[in-house]
Amino acid sequence: MIQLRPLLEVKDLKKYYPIRKGLFGRVSGQVHAVDGVSFSIGQGETLGLVGESGCGKSTAGRTVLKLIDPTSGEISWRGKRIDGLSRVSMRPFRQEIQAVFQDPYSSLNPRMRAIDIVSEPLINFQKFSRSEGRDQVAYLFEKVGLRPDQMIRFPHEFSGGQRQRLGIARALSVKPRLIMCDEPVSALDVSVQAQVINLLIDLQKEFGLSYLFVAHDLAVVRHISHRVAVMYLGRIVEIAETPELFDSPKHPYTEALLSAVPIPDPALRRTQIVLQGDVPSPINRPAGCHFHTRCPYAQERCRKEEPGARELSPGHVVTCHFPVNAK
Amino acid sequence: MAGQSDTSAPILEVRDLKTYFHTRDGIVRAVDGVSFKVNAGETLAVVGESGCGKSVTSLSILRLIASPPGHNEGGQILFQGEDLLKASEARMREIRGNKISMIFQEPMTSLNPVLKIGKQISEVLVLHQNMNESQARTKAIELLSLVKIPEAQSRVDQYPHQLSGGMRQRVMIAMALACDPTVLIADEPTTALDVTIQAQILNLMRELRDRTGASIILITHDLGVVAEMAQRVVVMYAGRKVEEADVKELFASPLHPYTRGLMNSIPKLDEEKCARLEEIPGMVPSLREPILGCAFAPRCTHATGKCRTEAPDLEQKKSEHFAACWHSEKFLFGVRA
Repeated sequence: MIQLRPLLEVKDLKKYYPIRKGLFGRVSGQVHAVDGVSFSIGQGETLGLVGESGCGKSTAGRTVLKLIDPTSGEISWRGKRIDGLSRVSMRPFRQEIQAVFQDPYSSLNPRMRAIDIVSEPLINFQKFSRSEGRDQVAYLFEKVGLRPDQMIRFPHEFSGGQRQRLGIARALSVKPRLIMCDEPVSALDVSVQAQVINLLIDLQKEFGLSYLFVAHDLAVVRHISHRVAVMYLGRIVEIAETPELFDSPKHPYTEALLSAVPIPDPALRRTQIVLQGDVPSPINRPAGCHFHTRCPYAQERCRKEEPGARELSPGHVVTCHFPVNAK
Repeated sequence: MAGQSDTSAPILEVRDLKTYFHTRDGIVRAVDGVSFKVNAGETLAVVGESGCGKSVTSLSILRLIASPPGHNEGGQILFQGEDLLKASEARMREIRGNKISMIFQEPMTSLNPVLKIGKQISEVLVLHQNMNESQARTKAIELLSLVKIPEAQSRVDQYPHQLSGGMRQRVMIAMALACDPTVLIADEPTTALDVTIQAQILNLMRELRDRTGASIILITHDLGVVAEMAQRVVVMYAGRKVEEADVKELFASPLHPYTRGLMNSIPKLDEEKCARLEEIPGMVPSLREPILGCAFAPRCTHATGKCRTEAPDLEQKKSEHFAACWHSEKFLFGVRA
């Protein structure tokens, strides 16, 4: 759908957390939070990153922004490697990549007024004076659907949806090219959720923004994303363009995930694939394919041999020995 | 009809329930005149967004609202003809967990972290069914296998933190079903769970419902869950009931603008083209000030002067389809927007 030079390219990204035990902090194991994730995002594109809790989608999103240092792997921003950069040399890139977080309650400083929250990046990065900042904040407020007279309020005086708009205004203030949205609507009620999703889509059209959209809600991800990557236990198991992924999922996990979503239509009767058991621990992962313990189609080979990523059709990559719906 | 016990009578009937909270900043009208019935073996869903009063309604049924600040301001809750709001505390203890039991949203916080799960399940049995400890333990293991917890024999001696979220919810269900309740209240039973685990739990609830014949009151905000589980639906907004109908009828032709807005604002997995989502402008009104007229009027595109001054009563618009709206005729014969 959108084929442009990638803005962001991530190759074989890994983030392990050591588990320390005993008096001397001996490392007794590793949590494989993100384990070899690769993807790219083009200009004006939205990549959805979905998965269940603990699959590593948030860690992946935060590692890309270098809010968490990666254990290994490459992160390239417009062709330049940024994974090894220090805090200081990372600064110029911070303007171009911004973030919006899940919880609009804890991601805004409760002691700062809305105007200071939104103008802080301007003063910090673009050397705006306070009065110049004020005009810019008024402009941003209008863009995200807040009234300029609300600028002097504190975060607690806003509703959840308004707070999320405030977070979006703050991210937009330095004219970023990419915004990493980590579950931006999951704390909101459905009627307000629609307002924020529409706002994100409108802003993308107006400013040519790219989004890395991390979420667990498949319907929301389908609505906003151009391409979708599905994660399971720290790895991307399938990545494809949105219509392709939802119409003909190739990985058994994607297939099961889609069929588990309750559809708001009581007249519809469909056969559901209900996965047995829970997601295994990222400390002791099953051998072979990590999904084999819950996979309805698992065979002997899946228990022994780890599947590699295969491109089944252009842009549709699956990590599975026996993809479903394969022609 | 009160006091009767013929079979056609509903198992549970809530009549004009009002639960207010007296806070320092004024009175919050959390539930403001809600009525509904639950028939034997039926699953009734109560839907609404946060703050609409759905959870307060369910807690009021079991009289679990802390008072102060909560206070019942009127209405009746008739359980098999008996008004629970007038029942003694001793009588309520006999009913809670025995005749009417509840599954809460947060399986992490509603289980006691320092008691083994087997102990927590047997507690109910010892209290209500006069079992001794060893009988209760055997029954607890039986219940754990009923809710499909693998290796129930050894799990019975584990603590809640040793179980995953889905397993804890299964333990909650086992506890709720221990005494074969007549009515099961499930307050957002799957909201804290991942979709694949949610599918497991919903399957389990359906299976157990068919097996035990219990009536279920399902409190949720997820219209997908409603469509898959319920037979009848009550839609709440700002402490009031705005619509009630059979599940198929409600999804096919919603009559209240709020219900219509809610349905059009959710992104759907099976939609053809990603059109713009319909927004419900504005936000839920504060329940501190008394609401004049229809509570939804400030956010409603169809609102007229009458809506802002006069509250519409819940009226029967079609057979078995009730809505509280002055303008629902607009949607009665028209096509769904």
